Amino acid sequence: MNPIPTTQKEELISLYLNNLDLITENSAEVLNHARQEGIENFKLLGFPGPKSEKYKYTKVEPLFRSDYEKYFSPRKIAFKVDDIFRCDIPALDTHLALTLNGFYLSNPTMLHELPNGVVFGSLAEAAKKYPKLVADHYNTIVANDDDGLVALNTAFAQDGVFIYLPKGVVLEKPIQIINLLMSDENQMVQYRNLIIAEERSQANIVICDHTLSPAEFLTNVVTEVVTKAASNVDVVVMQNQHNQTTQFSHLFAKQERDSVFSSNTISLHGGIIRNNIHVLLNDTNCENHTYGLALIDRNQHVDTHSFIDHAMPNCVSNELYKALLDDQATGAFNGRILVRKDAQKTEAYQSNNNLLLTADARMYTKPQLEIYADDVKCSHGATIGQLDQEARFYMQARGISEREARLLLMFGFAHDVVGKIKIEPLRERIDELVNKRLRGELSRCHSCPMHCC
Amino acid sequence: MLSIKNLHANINGKEILKGINLEIKPGEVHAIMGPNGSGKSTLSAVLAGREIFEVTQGEVTFNGKNLLELSPEDRSREGLFLSFQYPIEIPGVSMVNFMKTAVNEHRKYKGLEPLSASDFLKLMRERKELVEIDSALTNRAVNEGFSGGEKKKNEIFQMAMLEPKLAILDETDSGLDIDALRIVANGVNKLKTPENSSIVITHYQRLLDYIVPDFVHILYQGRIVKTGTKELALELEDKGYDWIKNGE
Ligand SMILES: Nc1ncnc2c1ncn2[C@@H]1O[C@H](COP(=O)(O)OP(=O)(O)OP(=O)(O)O)[C@@H](O)[C@H]1O
Ligand SMILES: [Mg+2]
Repeated sequence: MNPIPTTQKEELISLYLNNLDLITENSAEVLNHARQEGIENFKLLGFPGPKSEKYKYTKVEPLFRSDYEKYFSPRKIAFKVDDIFRCDIPALDTHLALTLNGFYLSNPTMLHELPNGVVFGSLAEAAKKYPKLVADHYNTIVANDDDGLVALNTAFAQDGVFIYLPKGVVLEKPIQIINLLMSDENQMVQYRNLIIAEERSQANIVICDHTLSPAEFLTNVVTEVVTKAASNVDVVVMQNQHNQTTQFSHLFAKQERDSVFSSNTISLHGGIIRNNIHVLLNDTNCENHTYGLALIDRNQHVDTHSFIDHAMPNCVSNELYKALLDDQATGAFNGRILVRKDAQKTEAYQSNNNLLLTADARMYTKPQLEIYADDVKCSHGATIGQLDQEARFYMQARGISEREARLLLMFGFAHDVVGKIKIEPLRERIDELVNKRLRGELSRCHSCPMHCC
Repeated sequence: MLSIKNLHANINGKEILKGINLEIKPGEVHAIMGPNGSGKSTLSAVLAGREIFEVTQGEVTFNGKNLLELSPEDRSREGLFLSFQYPIEIPGVSMVNFMKTAVNEHRKYKGLEPLSASDFLKLMRERKELVEIDSALTNRAVNEGFSGGEKKKNEIFQMAMLEPKLAILDETDSGLDIDALRIVANGVNKLKTPENSSIVITHYQRLLDYIVPDFVHILYQGRIVKTGTKELALELEDKGYDWIKNGE
């Protein structure tokens, strides 16, 4: 038996050791293979502490409370997908992938194999069926030796969503991943997604995070996206868990020559959200778009850390993050752009705009540009402001009430980011969600059976 | 329609309006002229309900109501319209959304149902033609990146949408080219009925060739120092303001 743990770190390490059999048994060889290194790294790194500049505004360790239940095998919850999930975007016809508390939900199979060669479904299942394909990509681009939370995920992750786009395949219908959390007890979940886009493939992916019960949840999820030459992957993430949740989401993307990778993360509800986005522009002529929007109030906290790594010449990256903070909400944005010595002719743009609706809301923003090449175009700008009084008066002078004027301004502020979404019905739907969110009509999300996405 | 009695207003403790008196009856067109900084825009802003100005004395009644007690939005809903000297850009808010909200707030105030999407678009189309405004403009964010002249046209378009009882046009002619001036003036004239009135603030007689005023007032240092008919504007064009300033 292991010694009685005294810290959250030790507790998780002994949890790992005591349950290793169960963890391995309910996963797949490729994932199990990476675990040992994961836990070793976690032992070394621990939780990002107060000294970590990267996690300055989110105290991590106290969030990993010991009262969360952890399950290492999928729980049998009688579940009819159609009862729970009614897609409210009629024009948005999608391939659906569901997870429940971090395990893939069969619908009706664990792995969908489309006639064009596209595979999507359970990561564990894919790792069993296509061990080489998964092993060649799994855990290849993540910062296991840099971030204790990523290492922790590698140690514990058993399943998640896998997407494979074969060479030259353009997937018309978006793939929609819906991550559901449902439990009677407070629960911690750690899962892993892997997206592989082969040369010249294209897909739109929509990820929706939801809670279906009022219990408290802590999620620590890692998503890896490998975009090979001339592929184009667009990911839209809708974070809409209830406000008693904590989420650490780590998105890693590695782009090869001529590829385009876009991500747009919209945070509507959720107690504490930490989004890490790490993009490596690993070859020439890549294009990256990293967007995000947080609409938060009460005691919500959204902390974003992005790292755009220009390693090679002739790439373009474009970053836009916006946050609208009401009540006592707090937020942080740290956007790091690294232009390495060889990355000549880089264009890297970043902007971070924030609106504070009250005197109590707080936003910390820190752009961080490190440029080692000499022939580059880079710009960054960060603003923190209030709603424009003049604009508000102009609208009131047209008969629009103060409340509606404020809402229109907030909506306009948010639409800048939502407008980047290319799929029209999705964009319209998210505009509508944002509108509802701003009007305070989206607050009891956990009691609403999936009307929101 | 509008009655202003001994109106005084301050900004940051500095008195700008120093006792304005003005009576406007239904159907009348009043022009207000006066040198830069005399308080013309301040008067418009006070009438529209801009909070940064503090009214220290005087009364304003608009269609029998105490205007100064109404919120800016209620003043608008009661039929007051201000065409801004410097229209505000509102990035992110589309013209369509803006106008739809405004029109429906006016309708709600009158106890009417909101317009259906198709009726609203029809109304937009109709009124756009009236002021010959480019369709592309109404597909954009409110005034964002509009040229000076386009912004002014847009003000008149909004006026056409809201059909006010009293329109205050604050230098709507400045920045307009000759064709645009004619179009805007024609738009204003087409919207004219025997019941509605306007206050036209301008520096140039030329606008008054198109929009013919019943009265011309000269505002100087926060007071109306002279009132006459349209000939007064011609006289100003000829002589400038010195004779007013020198108290002739
Ligand atoms: N926000 C403000 N803060 C301080 N002073 C102001 C403010 N707004 C107006 N004023 C002052 O009030 C006076 C009147 O200004 P106003 O804009 O009403 O003049 P105007 O007659 O419209 O001039 P113009 O012909 O140039 O448009 C000016 O001296 C101006 O500087
Ligand atoms: Mg003025």
